[in-house]
Amino acid sequence: MQVFDIIGPVMIGPSSSHTAGACRLGRVTRKILGDRPVKARIGLCGSFAQTYRGHGTDKAIIAGILDMHTYDARLRHALELAGEEGLTYEFYQTSIPGAHPNTAILELTGEKGGTCRVVGASIGGGNIIVTNINGLEVQFTGQYNTLIVLHQDTPGVIAAVTNTMAYSGANIGNFRLSRPQKGGEAVMTIEVDGDVSDKMISWLRELPHITGVVLVRAI
Amino acid sequence: MLEYHSIQSLVDAAQEKGCTISELVLADQSVQTETPKDELFRKMQDNLHVMQEAVQAGVDKDLKSTSGLTGGDAYKMQQYAQGGGLCGSFFTQALTRAIAVSEYNAAMGKIVAAPTAGSCGILPGTILSLMEDRDMPEETAVMALFTAGAFGMVIADRASIAGAQGGCQAECGSAAAMAAAAMVEMSGGTPEMCAHACAIAIKNQLGLVCDPIAGLVEVPCIKRNAGGVACAFAAAEMALAGIKSVIPVDEVIDAMREVGDSMPCALKETAQGGLATTPTGIRLKEEIFGA
Repeated sequence: MQVFDIIGPVMIGPSSSHTAGACRLGRVTRKILGDRPVKARIGLCGSFAQTYRGHGTDKAIIAGILDMHTYDARLRHALELAGEEGLTYEFYQTSIPGAHPNTAILELTGEKGGTCRVVGASIGGGNIIVTNINGLEVQFTGQYNTLIVLHQDTPGVIAAVTNTMAYSGANIGNFRLSRPQKGGEAVMTIEVDGDVSDKMISWLRELPHITGVVLVRAI
Repeated sequence: MLEYHSIQSLVDAAQEKGCTISELVLADQSVQTETPKDELFRKMQDNLHVMQEAVQAGVDKDLKSTSGLTGGDAYKMQQYAQGGGLCGSFFTQALTRAIAVSEYNAAMGKIVAAPTAGSCGILPGTILSLMEDRDMPEETAVMALFTAGAFGMVIADRASIAGAQGGCQAECGSAAAMAAAAMVEMSGGTPEMCAHACAIAIKNQLGLVCDPIAGLVEVPCIKRNAGGVACAFAAAEMALAGIKSVIPVDEVIDAMREVGDSMPCALKETAQGGLATTPTGIRLKEEIFGA
């Protein structure tokens, strides 16, 4: 825990979990898409579904998808700004048995045609936890700089990634691998201490069998 | 490095080094986050400025929350404060600041969660009041936020700062305790006095439930921020007078956790009890969200 977890974050109100956390879920999803989103479909569960209008949860999620930070004053006008930026969106209510009460399912389509589907929850104080990307189970909070490395499950890929990180001087705080099927699509979730250089990310992207590298920066 | 498991250990460490809690914490956070002290100071200074801006924006006469339920009370308080009020204009101005920041939060304004958005008016209502109306240097106020943060970290570690987990005692209660400790340090009190102020403030809000109308951070949250300011001043004044908490501060925080754990779910931010389920509370919810 750090002092700025308590005196902070600076955010647009009214609720750290329903507004700031919601914005961060939207922003993480945009980062994972890695493109300018043109279409968003957002499912809200539990408490999100019941109180989203009064808390501005819908505005906050759209603001995040438009790449705004939790402290961006434009957040409260995000629904109008979406129109100007060519983003169409749709909200629906849903439920996931056993999920955290503030869970959202975010599906984005980018202007180049790419799509992504992210499931995450806002767990209090503006903190989030992302639990699923494109059907692959992940687990990260966004409290640390986090690398999402999508790859083909092949011997040596993890070693290549961690060697590259070691060479760059990056210290791994947490590592998680999700691989539904041997030889199929897999994802590494790597939380890193300190900063992550652009150079290291471009080196990772050039490694064989890597299909995508996304850096989700800590707040 | 500090662990923030107990307030007594922070007090002991500060006494041993002959420094304030804020100096201790700033040095420690600099080591823990590998960030220079002046950079952390500037970041905290930015937070203080956001609090000041929120006060300015929040006293707008025409301010309205997204739901339409609240807004404009800070303006009323400010007008009234000019006449002094029962406790003098210093205190009524402090209440104005707390209400202004809380109302601005409800209107989707920019605030500093301290420790949460629901309790964001209490530190501005106390620390900014000492700084602006008692002419204390800005540096003193910025350092006081580090002290407030340190006390908050221990409370978050031993108990909770989330209404959903511990009720409003965990949000406005924690904020008042953090503010009381910070004000004692600003006023030249010892680290031990800061700890007593924190303990007294928590004791006076122990058991406070979280029962927001329609689940929104508005009613009764905004007025509870003003109440938290009053509580923080009472606790700080007692501690500065040399009054001690009979129950040691860490034990008080543990009691807060126990009270929070035994509080029914209906009274922990679910809007299923307390003020939220009064006839008026239910009617307002239906008006906002539809039946």
